[in-house]
Amino acid sequence: MNVRLYLWQRATAVVMAPLVVAHIAVIFYATRHGLSAADILARTHGSVAWAAFYGVFVLAVSIHASIGVRNILNEWLPLNERRIDACAVFFGLVLATLGLRAVAAVVLS
Amino acid sequence: MSTQLIKHRGSPLWVAAMLHRISGLALAIFLPPHFLALGLALEGEARLDSFLRWSEQPLVKVSEIGLVFLFTVHLLGGLRILVIENFAWRDGQKQLATLAAALSAIVAFAFLVRVF
Repeated sequence: MNVRLYLWQRATAVVMAPLVVAHIAVIFYATRHGLSAADILARTHGSVAWAAFYGVFVLAVSIHASIGVRNILNEWLPLNERRIDACAVFFGLVLATLGLRAVAAVVLS
Repeated sequence: MSTQLIKHRGSPLWVAAMLHRISGLALAIFLPPHFLALGLALEGEARLDSFLRWSEQPLVKVSEIGLVFLFTVHLLGGLRILVIENFAWRDGQKQLATLAAALSAIVAFAFLVRVF
């Protein structure tokens, strides 16, 4: 892993640490009476705060996870570096796209 | 592979590093279906609700408990790495790694009690 990727991975980890704690708290809160779409959407619909929270979370995790996957592919599979980079970028883009779509779904629906 | 490389694999800190890696990989694999599930809200509240009803199966709940454990252990393992890299070295890393795993197990157990 080069210095630039190392810094991105650590920076996104620092950004995500409090978000993960909050997300675990939300998981516990949301499951207190069982999950329902009405409860989830009542919390998130039209909320700029939740959109910002989960928007930042999705972008940070897309960067963090794609760098992590790149490291694992690099160390565990006999692929050349260009192919590994392409896989990591593709995975990061898939995560960001699906994640932002999910945020839009629960905030705008 | 040299015996020197294999010898340290019994170490709690090697196990902690591997657990951090495996938990990160598992979470990365989980994220796309998780996002797709939430995206069902685009098709209406009823569509998301029908998925949530499906997710009430015991096997899915057990998987969720595992995910809560992996999520927590990845967080705590990551915090330990950030502290090691950015602050003065502290002894007792094996104990800290064990504490992280134990705390994660407690959080996962609390989730188990909540969902069953």
